Amino acid sequence: MTRSSDRRGFLKLAAGASTASLAAACGWDGGNALRPGLLDISRLNDWVGEKILFSGTRLARTYSPAERSAQLPSYFISADMPLLENPHRWRLRVDGLVRQPLELSLDELTRMPRVTYTVKHHCVEGWSAIATWHGVPVSAMVERCQPLAAAKYIRFVSFDSDYSNGWDMASALHPQTILAYGMNDNALPAAHGAPLRLYSPTKLGYKMTKYLVSMTFTDKRPGGYWEDQGYPWFAGI
Amino acid sequence: MITSGLQIYQAYARFGNRGAPPFPSPFDGAQFPAWSRLGGWLAGALNWHFALMWPLVTVGLLYLGYLVGSGEWRALLFRPRDVRGAFEMTRYYLRLRKDHPPQGKHNPLQKLAYTSIYLFGALAVLTGLSIYKPVQFAWLTALFGGFQAARYWHFWIVWIFVAFTIVHVILVFTVDPASLRAMLTGRYRGRFPSHD
Repeated sequence: MTRSSDRRGFLKLAAGASTASLAAACGWDGGNALRPGLLDISRLNDWVGEKILFSGTRLARTYSPAERSAQLPSYFISADMPLLENPHRWRLRVDGLVRQPLELSLDELTRMPRVTYTVKHHCVEGWSAIATWHGVPVSAMVERCQPLAAAKYIRFVSFDSDYSNGWDMASALHPQTILAYGMNDNALPAAHGAPLRLYSPTKLGYKMTKYLVSMTFTDKRPGGYWEDQGYPWFAGI
Repeated sequence: MITSGLQIYQAYARFGNRGAPPFPSPFDGAQFPAWSRLGGWLAGALNWHFALMWPLVTVGLLYLGYLVGSGEWRALLFRPRDVRGAFEMTRYYLRLRKDHPPQGKHNPLQKLAYTSIYLFGALAVLTGLSIYKPVQFAWLTALFGGFQAARYWHFWIVWIFVAFTIVHVILVFTVDPASLRAMLTGRYRGRFPSHD
């Protein structure tokens, strides 16, 4: 081996290494060339998560109320905390591809089947916290509104600006997916989405729409506030 | 994987449940420099991380398959009978022994390093899976001590890889720079110095 070919090899290697570090520099998200490809792979990962890894019957571990975390952060996207002017007028609208569209008050929701559990909340940021939630299983709502066979997704819409989420039917029908109106044995606080929010220990926090106003059954995959900005759509854990 | 991982870490730069004391870590609350982070923001980093996991696992499995299929694993796997040789080799490096102990393709300390880096690779993937799907793989997450502990191990394994790579490449330049090309092309012309 000659000295110059040695040097050439080293230069080639250095070129490769600097391309990689250039990619890392300035927080490159793939640019216009690679970003669509990364999003395609994210959709593939959604498919793997939904069709292969997710189980409709496997339950997330539950904890005792004594294990609750001292704090559970929450957020809203509006400038101020979304509050109802007249809580008594609030209704949950259930519509779309259903035989029986519904408009339910909080009173009516509390008279429906109730599930209570203490579970771990997983945020996409990497933090976790344990809290107790109670509310109506989405599966009970599905029994009541009777979706058509064509309904494959549910779009959950809030009164927190344009925050919304789209869910696949299997995740929505999971026994631990609930429309929660209570947290830690009390009524749901405004900071956590009063009067009603979606909750499930099998999803990342951003999939659990707070400040609910409607759930719409649809045959087209609905986007969502974070999902449309590039966060994984399925977000099942 | 590492650079996008550092960007992901940035979103919650500590370990432990909310409201609970954090696990001891010198990187608690650390902000890594922008040049070391890939993805721009959390969503971009997640998309890189969850795209690159496929080639990482694929190449890892192909390489493992090759090692087993070709019998090359014999030259790399550290086995109980290498313990004594590892001891002698350490003595040689510490200059407590003058002559280089006889060896095959790799000396016992190299075998120990290569075997453990493969185990760490497997652990990196498994801890990753346990924090990617902590409900579907709850048993795996529990094995690592829970979600936050699994994050903790997943993060620490990175520094083992970084340290290994630095030492590995320094040794390449110390012993035989030409083998750096052999690592990338799989070809080596001539005779490897340590085999004489």
